[in-house]
Amino acid sequence: MAEDEKKVIIQLENVVKFYDSNQVVKNLNLNIYEGEFITLLGPSGCGKTTTLRMIAGFEEVTQGKILLDGENVAGIPPYLRNVNTVFQSYALFPHMNLFDNVAFGLVEKRMKKAEIKEKVQEALEMVQLHGFEKRMPNQISGGQKQRIAIARALVNSPKVLLLDEPLGALDLKLRKQMQVELKHLQQKLGITFIYVTHDQEEALTMSDRIAIMNGGVMEQIGSAREIYERPRTKFVADFIGESNLMEAYITSLENDEVELTFEFGKAKARTKEFRMEEMVYISVRPEHFKCSREPVEGFSIVGIVKESIYVGATIKTTVELSNGQQIKITNFSEDEIYKDGEMVYLFWKEGKAVVLHTKEDILYDLIDDGSTAY
Amino acid sequence: MKKRYTTILFMVGPTAVWLFAFLLVPLLYSVAMSFATKGLYGGIEWIFYPNNYLDIFKLTYLAVALRSLRLAWDTSLVCLLISYPFAYILSKVSPKWKGLCMLLIMLPFWINGLIRLNGWANILRDTGIINHVLEYLGIIQKPLEMLYTEGAVLFGMVYAFFPFMVLPIHTSISKIDQNLLEAAQDLGANRVRTFLRVVLPLTVPGIFAGVIQVFIPSLGAFYISDIMGGGNSTYLGNLIKNQFLSARNWPLGAAFSVVLIIFTLIVMKLYTKVGSMEDMA
Repeated sequence: MAEDEKKVIIQLENVVKFYDSNQVVKNLNLNIYEGEFITLLGPSGCGKTTTLRMIAGFEEVTQGKILLDGENVAGIPPYLRNVNTVFQSYALFPHMNLFDNVAFGLVEKRMKKAEIKEKVQEALEMVQLHGFEKRMPNQISGGQKQRIAIARALVNSPKVLLLDEPLGALDLKLRKQMQVELKHLQQKLGITFIYVTHDQEEALTMSDRIAIMNGGVMEQIGSAREIYERPRTKFVADFIGESNLMEAYITSLENDEVELTFEFGKAKARTKEFRMEEMVYISVRPEHFKCSREPVEGFSIVGIVKESIYVGATIKTTVELSNGQQIKITNFSEDEIYKDGEMVYLFWKEGKAVVLHTKEDILYDLIDDGSTAY
Repeated sequence: MKKRYTTILFMVGPTAVWLFAFLLVPLLYSVAMSFATKGLYGGIEWIFYPNNYLDIFKLTYLAVALRSLRLAWDTSLVCLLISYPFAYILSKVSPKWKGLCMLLIMLPFWINGLIRLNGWANILRDTGIINHVLEYLGIIQKPLEMLYTEGAVLFGMVYAFFPFMVLPIHTSISKIDQNLLEAAQDLGANRVRTFLRVVLPLTVPGIFAGVIQVFIPSLGAFYISDIMGGGNSTYLGNLIKNQFLSARNWPLGAAFSVVLIIFTLIVMKLYTKVGSMEDMA
């Protein structure tokens, strides 16, 4: 599906949020499409929860605007917005049984009793908790509470469901199970999910698109594959998976092709995004580095093996370069276990190295195309 | 094993002695006294006389009991109506100011209650400052009768017991998870609806605790009605005090005390039931 065919359900335009003099969200621009599962991913304090709370209406936008289905929601209180939230702490009403918890929003809508009953039953069936109507929230497990919180939000048929680290309090096994269930639920209902988490694996598992946030800035947005294979900044490369970063300079700029010079030689990249003499990083994932005992044709870097560990499915090798930098390498075959102190030639698989910006000021107005060194 | 017993004895012993000497003995003594006969010139004679408990049900005494119950009820109600908004605002105050607010509530308690009440009596009396100012301004021609009225007694009671209502309600409001309020708003409830459907039900235990803590002492207090009411109307507390100090009918006073204690225990029992409801929530 082409992007322009999809309907934009939420639009963030130059959204800025200050707490006192502290800027927690900086000039955020984001289009969220109808029916997509989008994740705001980042470490704590990156502004992801604040962004979610601004959409829900719990926080005012300092500058810029948020459009919900084309309508500017500035000044509209949370109880008049057609979005619902699943809270990290579940926030089930402790004095109400599960039926009344799920029915809460419908009662506020002055819906008829028979209709409420029908809808609540449906919602409870959807989360596989029918028959639990009379239980109190303190009589069910964490996973069940989470399901009730989801049912309580979805029963209102919101345009958008906001989820604030909803699985954070569950144990690993249950979390994995709930990830799959949530994804299936979202696909079945076709409701837009905006999901906030700091867990990269969770984001990669569930999301159609991931927006990576850091220090109030959206550093990159794209599919799991785009984010992993073509990180745009040092932060993204580091935050999602592991990365080996090497400093380099842009030394030539011709049409679409740039030349990078770094300590161990020169490399070329096809990209439009960089400036002459800009300092950049060359980023190579551990699984994209190759080792050889013999000199290889073309480009390679010489290093000394520090350790090589068998960890089951893979072999993890650390190689020290002449400048002292340690390179992490993941190999998949048994015969690539190296002895400590062995000299090796390192090179990367073609098209698998990525050039990254180092400066923040380039991050605004991201354009949707990766930059790949080869 | 033996060592454990000595440890337990060492830890529990002092408390046990204290409770025995200053709670159990006087209590049993009162109960025993309530079944004794009053002495000719005060004091008691140890002759079994259960009719003290029948004497309680004299019409005049019942009127006093009813008046006391009403006063205690009114006091609780007025305290509740003032305290709830007070506690609610207090829970919204930033932590920086909250300490100060708490201090201001507790501060008067560092001064003896009798002194504070006599202060109020001075302010309210016919020749007090309020009447002086109003007369000086020409708003009234003759002093307003404020002291020695039932209203003054109620005022004194509310003044004395109000903090006992504020604190438990404040505690139960503060305990409410802020997420619950956001959840209610998220689900379409405006502020008023959020208050009615979430805040109020969750603070019922606090309200009960506050009402109990005001109602029970209100029922037995005698010095407030003495000072503020000037002895114009008698309440249970005065009645018991008078049996011991003026009427010299100690057994009847003891019987009144026992009945009041039993009544209090029943109320407390009701409260613990509400308390266990709170645990469930």
